[in-house]
Amino acid sequence: MKLGKHVKGFWLSIVLAVIFSIIIQFLISGGTLNSFYVNTLFSIGINIILAVSLHLIIGITGQFSIGHAGFLAIGAYISAIITMKLTLPFPVALLAGGASAAVAGLIIGIPTLRLRGDYLAIATLGFGEIMRIVFLNIDYVGGASGMTVTHLTTWPWLISCVLITIIVIVNFTNSTHGRACLAIRENEIAADAMGINTTYYKVMAFVIGAFFAGVAGGLHAHNFYIIQPANFGFLKSFDILILVVIGGLESMSGSVIAAILLTIISTFLSNYPEVRMVIYSLVLIVMMLFRPQGLMGTKEFTSFFKVGKSTKGGSQDGSKHTVA
Amino acid sequence: MAANTPLLKVDHAGIRFGGLKAVSEVNLELRQGELVGLIGPNGAGKTTFFNLLTGVYVPTEGSISLAGEKLNGLAPYKITKKGISRTFQNIRLFNDLSVLDNVKIAYHSLAKHSILSSIFRLPPHFSGEREMEEKAIECLKIFKLDHVFDEQAKNLPYGQQRRLEIARALAASPKLLLLDEPAAGMNPQETAELMKLIALIRERFDLTILLIEHDMNLVMGVCERIYVLDHGQLIAEGTPEQIRNNPKVIEAYLGEEVS
Repeated sequence: MKLGKHVKGFWLSIVLAVIFSIIIQFLISGGTLNSFYVNTLFSIGINIILAVSLHLIIGITGQFSIGHAGFLAIGAYISAIITMKLTLPFPVALLAGGASAAVAGLIIGIPTLRLRGDYLAIATLGFGEIMRIVFLNIDYVGGASGMTVTHLTTWPWLISCVLITIIVIVNFTNSTHGRACLAIRENEIAADAMGINTTYYKVMAFVIGAFFAGVAGGLHAHNFYIIQPANFGFLKSFDILILVVIGGLESMSGSVIAAILLTIISTFLSNYPEVRMVIYSLVLIVMMLFRPQGLMGTKEFTSFFKVGKSTKGGSQDGSKHTVA
Repeated sequence: MAANTPLLKVDHAGIRFGGLKAVSEVNLELRQGELVGLIGPNGAGKTTFFNLLTGVYVPTEGSISLAGEKLNGLAPYKITKKGISRTFQNIRLFNDLSVLDNVKIAYHSLAKHSILSSIFRLPPHFSGEREMEEKAIECLKIFKLDHVFDEQAKNLPYGQQRRLEIARALAASPKLLLLDEPAAGMNPQETAELMKLIALIRERFDLTILLIEHDMNLVMGVCERIYVLDHGQLIAEGTPEQIRNNPKVIEAYLGEEVS
């Protein structure tokens, strides 16, 4: 039966992921991976969380939000305050970072999600900038010079957060609640007429996405020793957006793969600082020219193992993605 | 509900957009189990009237009630939950989703499992999803769409897309089904099949149906009563025979006789 197969595949992927993370843990503690690779690995993990959480908002629910760096900033600063100023343990900081970003998502989401398309994009962009300016002007968190944070992000914390993010968002998507969000993306008027409370589900997707962006903020803050408002400008929001678009708007595995590839590319390009942004931009332009639907298009990673079965399809022409 | 209370009662309802009265002073009553047609020339306000019933527009005058419960000002999704479901004149399917998912989405308002039980994959999630899937497949079987359940909705031929829209509307478990030009763009054979299908689902689900249609064969063939709308106002009401011979209706459709 179909449902049973899903459950089996689910546990299989969890077991594989745990085995993978244990191997990496041994490589790290054994010193096989030097700190350069470890740093890249941590950046990849954080970017995966960001990309997957934004994918829920843009790819699943179809709400074009580009203020994700705002939630990242809230998570980073709140979690840093909790560990550095209140000296509470790291997991509390991560949860608090996520929770405060979720609350911000709720407060921002209720008024702005009435807007559509470009208007929503501008409003969320504004939100991201407001958060940056707010932290810039609070002396308690160091103002423009930022805040120093101890390094607490370890591989087990990182990989557990990545896995939890993916599992929660996959489980949410593959349920009637996720289908309600997909219906909003496909046709909001019809979704409304079919008895779906569209505002509720838009805000819900926004809040869940914001929560995980906040958690990523906590991991980010405790990985890079220092956080400054300048790290959370709108360019950061666009970096996350690029991950989602390059991966394929309607594919979550696409977001993950794009997060891995682009992080690796930009890390290795940091050896050539003069041409780094030029090459990075060229990669993006070539990508959009030859594969406008994104790396994975509408396919999920798991669909390669099944024959002719895909619940989430999508247009292959890519014309509707030009907005990004 | 008392036997003589109408299922749907529209009392002097209307809407104006600025100075334009799109629909005004419409009185209409549907009794349980009736199949009623709503006709009128292009731009008469038929679809606007549907939008009033389903809450897309809020009536600026009059009242609308379903089984004695007032619907004025309720959000569309709440009206759907109360038992009015519709199809659209220009098909509005969830194009990129599978046929099965299209129907499953309409069962959403009956879902008992919460977001948390889905995220943590608790038992209510599995039983809830299985129930939805079984119901959706059953619904697709009635409409002979079960063999294409895995197809993307946009890849279906036109006639099947129309049928899927009705299937989806029916899946929302309505008491009153509003069909907005279900036969638009269909050939005579498809229209005949559709007429049979409408009669079948009405029997089987004990539905009340209000249908907008331009195909007079279909309207005169299946409807027990017909309302005629012109320039936003009801100009006639009666059996198909009465409507066919009503001078006002003939005038609305064909224009005044030249004297």
